Amino acid sequence: MTETMTMAKALNAGLAAAMDADDRVLLMGEDIGRLGGVFRVTEGLQQRFGEGRVLDTPLAESGIVGSAIGLAMRGYRPVVEIQFDGFIFPAFDQITTQLAKLTARHEGGLQLPVVIRVPYGGHIGAVEHHQESPEAYFAHTAGLRLVSPATPHDAYWMIQQAIASSDPVLFFEPKSRYWPKGEVDLDDAGIGMHASRVVRTGTDVTVVGHGAMVSMLLDAAALADEEGTSIEVVDLRSLSPIDYGPLLESVRRTGRLVVAQEAPGNVSIGSEIAATVSERAFYSLEAPVVRVSGFDTPFPPAKLEGAYLPDVDRILDAVDRSLAY
Amino acid sequence: MSYTAETLQLLAPDGTLRYSDETDRFRDRVDALDETTLREFYRHMAVTRRFDIEAGNLQRQGQLALWIPSIGQEAAQVGSGFAARAHDHIFPAYREHAVGRLRGLDLTRIIAMLRGLTHGGWNPADTGNFHLYTLVIGSQALHATGYAMGVRFDGLVGTGDPERDTAVLVYFGDGATSQGDVNEAYVFAQSYQTPQVFFLQNNHWAISVPVSVQSRTPLFRRPAGFGIPSVQIDGNDVLVSYAATAESLDAARSGEGPRFIEALTYRMGAHTTSDDPTKYRTNDEVAYWQERDPISRYETFLTARGVDAAFFEEVRQEGEDLAADARRQTLAMEPPPADSMFRHVYSDEHPLMAEQAEWLARYEASFEEQA
Ligand SMILES: Cc1ncc(C[n+]2csc(CCOP(=O)(O)OP(=O)(O)O)c2C)c(N)n1
Ligand SMILES: [Mg+2]
Repeated sequence: MTETMTMAKALNAGLAAAMDADDRVLLMGEDIGRLGGVFRVTEGLQQRFGEGRVLDTPLAESGIVGSAIGLAMRGYRPVVEIQFDGFIFPAFDQITTQLAKLTARHEGGLQLPVVIRVPYGGHIGAVEHHQESPEAYFAHTAGLRLVSPATPHDAYWMIQQAIASSDPVLFFEPKSRYWPKGEVDLDDAGIGMHASRVVRTGTDVTVVGHGAMVSMLLDAAALADEEGTSIEVVDLRSLSPIDYGPLLESVRRTGRLVVAQEAPGNVSIGSEIAATVSERAFYSLEAPVVRVSGFDTPFPPAKLEGAYLPDVDRILDAVDRSLAY
Repeated sequence: MSYTAETLQLLAPDGTLRYSDETDRFRDRVDALDETTLREFYRHMAVTRRFDIEAGNLQRQGQLALWIPSIGQEAAQVGSGFAARAHDHIFPAYREHAVGRLRGLDLTRIIAMLRGLTHGGWNPADTGNFHLYTLVIGSQALHATGYAMGVRFDGLVGTGDPERDTAVLVYFGDGATSQGDVNEAYVFAQSYQTPQVFFLQNNHWAISVPVSVQSRTPLFRRPAGFGIPSVQIDGNDVLVSYAATAESLDAARSGEGPRFIEALTYRMGAHTTSDDPTKYRTNDEVAYWQERDPISRYETFLTARGVDAAFFEEVRQEGEDLAADARRQTLAMEPPPADSMFRHVYSDEHPLMAEQAEWLARYEASFEEQA
């Protein structure tokens, strides 16, 4: 059965399915209960599952993640909502020094199935700390898994796969994609959350991205097609670990790669992909891997986000630069 | 949670001034307020409220990304803000528009920030030491504490010279009291005996979360446990807000260490223009606080003292003028140039900034060439 819905609704349905399937799944966060979250992703879940399973917590991110760790030790599967990307940092210590490391310190004797949902990214014209892409900090930390869905279908399934994971998962939700609708196959996930996927085939250049960037890449590919350039688009889906198989296979065919992301470029997911593809597909590359990213500045005031964030033009400019070799 | 037996109040909601055994100590401070100052309290509250309404309208008309209303909290802010001396330092959260105004901040600078033109908007050196807003809940509490540590290390407490003794006033909300940063600020403040006043505006909500989720005990009791003397006041009473803050700041300046004030107030509007408070609170609750409105109670008080209608009309007109001016200025605000995002990221030159600014300039020029 397929249904058309927004990503916000798909996440809501995925969370509900996971809570139905396992009564140890708990939701925790600021304003997620009565209000249903500031993006309404958890709308109705407190009414349905009760205040014991959907917790409006005190306002303290370190407290939320730290207590989620304790709950996981006790056999619960907490799903934590961080209200906005820029507010994850009070919990950075608990995430990086504790959540990420405790399984290894217990030498396998402890699993910490904690999911941390992070609405992230720009394009919503919001104030400071509400439009950032902090995924690289966490991808840099061993012990964490990171994924980011680009479509309602993936959101519905990946949130359930993340909750089922025995390890901590940072689940990055592209907030500018919460409201567009898409088809969700309610019977078949298709693939696992750590697989990357070719979402448009092409022959001249491969472009890869994650989250909200994927729809931007598809728009760019459609435009390029009109001008006779055939772009293959890869949706990364998983940021840690990165599934290089489909990407390398694609680059071996096209000989060119553009990596796009909203996050700043310096020491980023894009840097890692560029380095790895250069190492593993060197003889297939006709051009250096080109990166398109946010600038290495703080995310600017909303009126400048258009200049800061990569758009279709900047992606096509990068494609042209790649083709110029 | 509402007023308790421990809530200090001078002006009752019906506008009558009354002293109790607990509040008698404020009598001299209130008596010392001259007629002009008493009127200034009103002017600041009423004019800021009018501005606030205008800013909300501008947001609804698409001129601002967001507005953060302060309506209902004017007495807490104006009373406490007035108690600070010119050389004191003030660290706000993001709702303290009235405090900013009385320190000399042009309120359209807040609009510039919430219109998406800047992340800052002013220089504290030009705005009566009113520091920048902080959107990350609770962070500013530690900044205020560190600043106050510095004041103490510089020997500017307890000299007995009112021109030199300096205090720091920090504002935060009931939600913020749960953050580690705020609690760590209490620890540092008491450890270093900082010349500092923590001013908590308990407006009863952190977005949709009631204060009962943050604390089962009245919030002013907590810092007491850290060793910081604390009081709870009626935050909708501008006189007690003034008197209690003045008392606490005096103690801080004279070297007695940090103080804490919990002001019970209410956020009459939405959390921000993105919020829908009907989802989580009742009309009855809003009506209850409407009856305790800080401005109308004070207006009754002033009227009973003989302040005439002409004064209130003059203030009303000032509010209208300010609102109209804010609207004019807002509509004229242009976005900053794109390359401004590379400026001031570092104090000195930085190769990445130079490279990327140059790249962006070339990239943008390439469109002009094509056109
Ligand atoms: C660290 C952090 N977490 C979450 C948020 C999102 N947020 C913005 S305001 C707010 C509630 C704050 O409540 P309170 O401290 O009572 O201040 P009020 O808004 O009522 O003035 C929340 C959760 C934030 N800004 N910073
Ligand atoms: Mg509050």
